Amino acid sequence: MSKSLPLQPGTWQLESLIDQAPVLQTLADTLADLADEGAPVVVCTADLKHSNGLVRFERRHPDRFFQFGISEQNMVSAAAGMATTGLEPYVATFASFLALLCAEQIRTDVAYTGQRVRLVGHHAGISLGFYGTSHHATEDLAVTRSMAGMTVIAPADASALAALVRAAGDWPGPIYFRIGRGREPDVYTPEQAAGMAIGSAVEHALGGDLTIIATGSSVHPSLEAARALAADDLDVGVIDMHTVKPLDAAAVARAASHSRRLMTVEEHNVLGGLGGAVAEALTEAGAPVPLLRHGMHDEYGLIGPPTHLYRHHRLDAAGIAAAAAEFLGVRSPENASADLYGT
Amino acid sequence: MSDRPVDVQALRDKALFLREETVRLIGIAKTGHFASSFSCAEILAVLYGDTLRLRRGQPDWPERDRFLLGKGHAAVALYPLLAGLDFFPSDELDSYTRLGSPFGDHPDMRRIPGIDFSSGSLGHALSAGVGMALAARLQPHQYGVYVLLGDGELHEGQVWEAAMAASHHGAANLVAIVDRNEYCLDGRVEDVVAIEPLADKWSAFGWSAHEVDGHDVEALASTFRGLTEMRRDGPAVVIAHTVKGKGVGFMEREPGWHLGYLDPQDEQLVLTELRGQG
Repeated sequence: MSKSLPLQPGTWQLESLIDQAPVLQTLADTLADLADEGAPVVVCTADLKHSNGLVRFERRHPDRFFQFGISEQNMVSAAAGMATTGLEPYVATFASFLALLCAEQIRTDVAYTGQRVRLVGHHAGISLGFYGTSHHATEDLAVTRSMAGMTVIAPADASALAALVRAAGDWPGPIYFRIGRGREPDVYTPEQAAGMAIGSAVEHALGGDLTIIATGSSVHPSLEAARALAADDLDVGVIDMHTVKPLDAAAVARAASHSRRLMTVEEHNVLGGLGGAVAEALTEAGAPVPLLRHGMHDEYGLIGPPTHLYRHHRLDAAGIAAAAAEFLGVRSPENASADLYGT
Repeated sequence: MSDRPVDVQALRDKALFLREETVRLIGIAKTGHFASSFSCAEILAVLYGDTLRLRRGQPDWPERDRFLLGKGHAAVALYPLLAGLDFFPSDELDSYTRLGSPFGDHPDMRRIPGIDFSSGSLGHALSAGVGMALAARLQPHQYGVYVLLGDGELHEGQVWEAAMAASHHGAANLVAIVDRNEYCLDGRVEDVVAIEPLADKWSAFGWSAHEVDGHDVEALASTFRGLTEMRRDGPAVVIAHTVKGKGVGFMEREPGWHLGYLDPQDEQLVLTELRGQG
């Protein structure tokens, strides 16, 4: 930033974006730590190193940082080539451009070949707000989940992301990490998250009336919604299904046998993502439990600031609580916070 | 290396062998890409017979040169070369395209020793090659990366994304070869969507561009040798001018033979014609 620019301090956003995104800071710092520790990690990005914070990785490991410019498909295929030499590339760009624009490169060059590429789709769901549908990704879980050999992970917060990225070091085959815009509030302390394992859901509680199975950015507001419903004497539990594939079907079965109703919550179309995966597991298990799939109901997001969109699409705590209350046939709780991410 | 004379006859014999094997294997499948394989037979024969640093019986040798077949539909002409390097027993080729075989119309790196990258979807291989070339910077050993592209494949935009990235990052260990056989499926490439002036395009993308007769094994070998020995600061492309269907009169420059099948009687005519050129 030039001293001579006649700007008000704080209006120059590029460098400060990451200051508001602790989850993205954690991604960059965890990968840089892993590289320090000798892991074969390299980072690839497509002209978004400030948006995803991986500039912090570049500063610590410039030799392990590859800038591909605005050519995401080339980046994905190149990362697959890198992985054949034993490197573990982390490929990061907006989820819409990664999982949708590059779907065929991911399928053919990464998943089919079984390469240990770690795809990081950030700013997933509707978290890019008024950027609109071109920048929203409410199909990425469905797209990546349908690829044979692909593991799909949506960590709830920074500590979960750090733990699951570390767990990826021993994980065979490719992974799609789905993260939001990086401002997701903490669900876990680093110590709580340290034991997280790919494919094993975190059961916060099972509820007699309802268990909410949530993933990624929907875990924190689901926990808040459960607390609000509990204040109305409802027994509501939450499972953090951070790994959407392979799905922890045993956790789903435990919830199905404990709870009168189940509900999935995801910042994603209700078709094909977490809701679809849980519905498949329940049906195959023959579990006679009603399921509400909550998320984007086969629709595109509106234009609006992210927090307004979450409220509109009922993906904040109040909206999740209201949807749950309708499902349970009770009055919506009045004390659920509408405020998911601050302003 | 350069002092060693090019064994022209051995390379010609290898190209003939590839064409014979292509005929034999497509006879098993009852359909296949004759013409696309014939146009690059000399290119493959020279790469595997003279250019690439490989170790017999060691398909995963870390220091090996990498080869990626962008035009994956010519894989039928590549498989016999890999068998010839003892990467797998050559009689396994007899399963070509049969249920459960490793050997399909397009090459699969997970199932075939010596295939450095799977292909089939045009436009991906140069990107994967760029990744391998850049990855060499973090490896204790150096290697070259060679990517064979079809000229129709150059319609794919991803090729040019990769071309930009390769020159920007100074991938001097990367060589692309264009099998310029002038035909894609729907006709002449220049009629379908023109790609000329091709050498100028690559040059404009920051590559050193070289042109060669793609059926002249001596010219191909010396061109590739020159590139491996030249100290470059960026990637190089060899535009190999070829004839689609080369070696079989009725297939040459006939788009209908992009995909086809030979009756056993016709197969004998083709083999006789091919062997007459050896």
